[in-house]
Amino acid sequence: MTITDMPANVPGPRSGEDNGGKLLDVRDLHVEFHTRDGVAKAVNGVNYSVDAGETLAVLGESGSGKSVTAQAIMGILDMPPGKIPQGEIIFRGQDMLKMSSEERRKIRGNKIAMIFQDALSALNPVLSVGYQLGEMFRVHEGLSKKEAKAKAVELMDRVRIPAAKERVSDYPHQFSGGMRQRIMIAMALALEPDLIIADEPTTALDVTVQAQVMELLAELQREYNMGLILITHDLGVVADVADKIAVMYAGRIVETAPVHELYKRPAHPYTKGLLDSIPRLDQKGQGLFAIKGLPPNLLKIPSGCAFNPRCPMAQDECRSEIPALHQVTERDGAELAGRASACHFWKETIHG
Amino acid sequence: MGRYVARRLLQMIPVFIGTTLLIFLMVNVLPGDPVRALWGDKPPDPTQVAQIRHDRGLDLPLWQQYLHYMWGLLQGDFGKTIAGNRPVLDEITRAFPVSVRLAAMAWTFELVVGITLGVIAGIRRGKVIDTAVTLFTLVVISVPIFVIGLTLQLYFGNNLGWITPTVQDSTNFGQLMVPALVLGMVGLAYVARLTRTSIAENRSADYIRTATAKGLPRKRIITVHLLRNSLIPVVTYLGTDIGSLMAGAVITEGIFNVTGVGNLLFDALARREGAVIVGIVTVLVLVYLLASLLVDLLYAVLDPRIRYA
Amino acid sequence: MPDLTKTSSASEEAAAIVAGTPVTSDAGPAPEKPRSLGADAWRDLRRNPLFVVSGLLILVILLVAAFPGLFTGANPDTGDQANHFLGKPNLGHVFQEDWFGYDGTGRSLYARVLYGARNSIIVGLGVTILVTIFGGLMGMLAGYFGGFWDSLISRLTDVFFGIPFLLGSMVVLNAFTHRTVWVVTGALAFLGWTQIARVMRGAVITTKHADYVMAAKALGAGTKRILFRHILPNAIAPVIVVATISLGTYIVAESTLSYLGLGLGGDSISWGGDISDGTQFIRNYPHVLLFPAGALSITVLAFIMMGDAVREALDPKLR
Repeated sequence: MTITDMPANVPGPRSGEDNGGKLLDVRDLHVEFHTRDGVAKAVNGVNYSVDAGETLAVLGESGSGKSVTAQAIMGILDMPPGKIPQGEIIFRGQDMLKMSSEERRKIRGNKIAMIFQDALSALNPVLSVGYQLGEMFRVHEGLSKKEAKAKAVELMDRVRIPAAKERVSDYPHQFSGGMRQRIMIAMALALEPDLIIADEPTTALDVTVQAQVMELLAELQREYNMGLILITHDLGVVADVADKIAVMYAGRIVETAPVHELYKRPAHPYTKGLLDSIPRLDQKGQGLFAIKGLPPNLLKIPSGCAFNPRCPMAQDECRSEIPALHQVTERDGAELAGRASACHFWKETIHG
Repeated sequence: MGRYVARRLLQMIPVFIGTTLLIFLMVNVLPGDPVRALWGDKPPDPTQVAQIRHDRGLDLPLWQQYLHYMWGLLQGDFGKTIAGNRPVLDEITRAFPVSVRLAAMAWTFELVVGITLGVIAGIRRGKVIDTAVTLFTLVVISVPIFVIGLTLQLYFGNNLGWITPTVQDSTNFGQLMVPALVLGMVGLAYVARLTRTSIAENRSADYIRTATAKGLPRKRIITVHLLRNSLIPVVTYLGTDIGSLMAGAVITEGIFNVTGVGNLLFDALARREGAVIVGIVTVLVLVYLLASLLVDLLYAVLDPRIRYA
Repeated sequence: MPDLTKTSSASEEAAAIVAGTPVTSDAGPAPEKPRSLGADAWRDLRRNPLFVVSGLLILVILLVAAFPGLFTGANPDTGDQANHFLGKPNLGHVFQEDWFGYDGTGRSLYARVLYGARNSIIVGLGVTILVTIFGGLMGMLAGYFGGFWDSLISRLTDVFFGIPFLLGSMVVLNAFTHRTVWVVTGALAFLGWTQIARVMRGAVITTKHADYVMAAKALGAGTKRILFRHILPNAIAPVIVVATISLGTYIVAESTLSYLGLGLGGDSISWGGDISDGTQFIRNYPHVLLFPAGALSITVLAFIMMGDAVREALDPKLR
């Protein structure tokens, strides 16, 4: 990878021209964990980018590396055991992996914020929500305790928590799951960041509340024109809010596509399998489809295409050659914008 | 809250009665006769022995003696010593201030040094400093405290001459410093160990990850988010330790010649002064019970999830 | 001398940390074959140098305690006062009579260290076994049955816990003129069982509400079966940790009581007795104190390290 050989301080213009003004550009990111059992390769060369106002959904099973990628972007990976052997994470033209930890800290929460899956454990149980929200203003903007509290009330109103003023001194356990997740969202929004990473923001919630929370998130994103990376394993959540989708498997992106195209015509057998495993009302009584087998062990990723042991279309080639991310085209060779698939047989998959 | 305290205070009554009864039985059922001991090696005069026993109520059945004792206790009467017929309360009030001072200093060492060491080790788990702290705590726990005490006394007192080998003036904080350190040493080691494990465990908690993601400075993450959650188990230990520091001073007070509760107790054991022993334990049990109530109330302050009803 | 009462902290530590419930780790890749917590812990332990070193040490110490004669021909009870009075150690004479030097009556300290192991180990092991059985049983009853039994046992535990450990054992031992190793063991166990009871109670309560216990109940398993097949194996972990660590502290306790003149009486050889004898010579003949104290500390250290290693292996949160 020539990219990693670049000098430490990348000249501004060059990277500016490189990423074409993207808000966030992740390039050839690798993350590995050194455990007692060996090296687990959690992320193996991920590329994706997000623009302001754009929503990228990252889809994958647990262990696909989608959350690890997000943590690497946030700079909250535990290192060790985590390690980033190569790659770039370019935010507003600057590679964050080359920044000092203090520079990164100032970006965290301020320019890039994150929403976690389980708000109950992600919020500090012994501090009031008002304190935890206000902390953002106190640390990044130097507001006084009192001003910060007023801001916290404002934020809580913003995410439509009833009786915000009265509840600002309550503790996380005193809120319902949906309200807690709203507080997480409020915390992420506090300083109006450029980019929000939401790691399965609705998974821990009741189905009825999921839609409300998702809607709120999408609405606020539009309002502030933020970039959003939505990490999920739930295809249903994605369809309504995402602009584009990146499907991850065993630490690689196996398919990218604009959201509706992906649903209509998947170009990777894994994506196809995922779509087929959604229960559908119009196919009642037919029995559910499931991708056979288990996600791969990251300590021993299968050779060739990591999906080959579970793939109905696997050939010898799949067991020896790692497929590159091919540009997906129409039958006549016309390029499909934003579409790529890491399958040797993408043509067969998309065009039948 | 008020109701909770009331209920806890009520619960203390049977424990208090039980503990005093237990120590009362231990002192009185076990062999050894304090009245005969008055004569030392000389043969005692049986009629005089009987007379003294009768005067002091020692010829009554044990349960009656206990009731008498408790009745006296309710009126603030801790009984009288066999030898000299002095009020036990006088001896206790003479000894306790010294021990309280010593214990308070030892406790402060435990709190400040113990928590600091534990936090440092916990944050730098697996690093050199962690190994050093762990090793230190293990050595302190595994070497008998009188060996540590005597060694420090020899080194600082006799060899270096920094301190007076024994305490001449028990109101002098400087002189009490090393004895207090020795007294609090083991507790300090346990506090450090507890804090270390607690910190190391909470360090990977989700809310710490959130705090990092919020872009908080490391120092703030540690002091505001990590420490408070991690101190909850440490508080229990520190609370229940107040009483045992006073009770545990026997060795330290002996080595450094401090005339506190430990000393009094050791004397009382040798002279078989049951009333003094029971008296001391009674006070210590009260201290222990009140301290554990305080700890439980402090819990609610540290952890809002705990509600008392 | 607070260390005797300090054993309680070990219980707090362990209780707080090893909740005794099986935890599956969802971090990282799925292993080839799912391992049980126990098997995983054992695999961990074997690789932990702390465990290996402490385990080997304990084996050697147990061997010495059982057969001290294997390691020396010298007699620990009689010495040649004229020639060897407080003789300095001769560190080159490994395994020989004068290796560690001689004590105040000219007895070989090396032999005394070897022969002293037995009594210290009996006290440590004996107290631990007694308190684990009795305290464990009390804690299990209180934790499992709750209600009246819990209140009764918990208050009883409070009563015994309220009496400072050292102070109580002093009172008990003061009454005995003939303090054999069994008397000392009994006295320490009499006052020491509360911490195990508390830990066990906590662990049983945690385990009692676990899904697999509910499942066993739903399947109609009897009380005895639930208690011994389902709850005990899962609640025992913190108890083992606390017991291992406190074994060491009981050995320290015995030595402290010896220093106060309330330890093993008569001619019995024990590290505690030798250490307190050695304190008289601390200024000019520190070796008389150093070797028995060193032996005792290493033994205690070995047990505490063993307990620490076991706890770390059993606690998924600390990995």
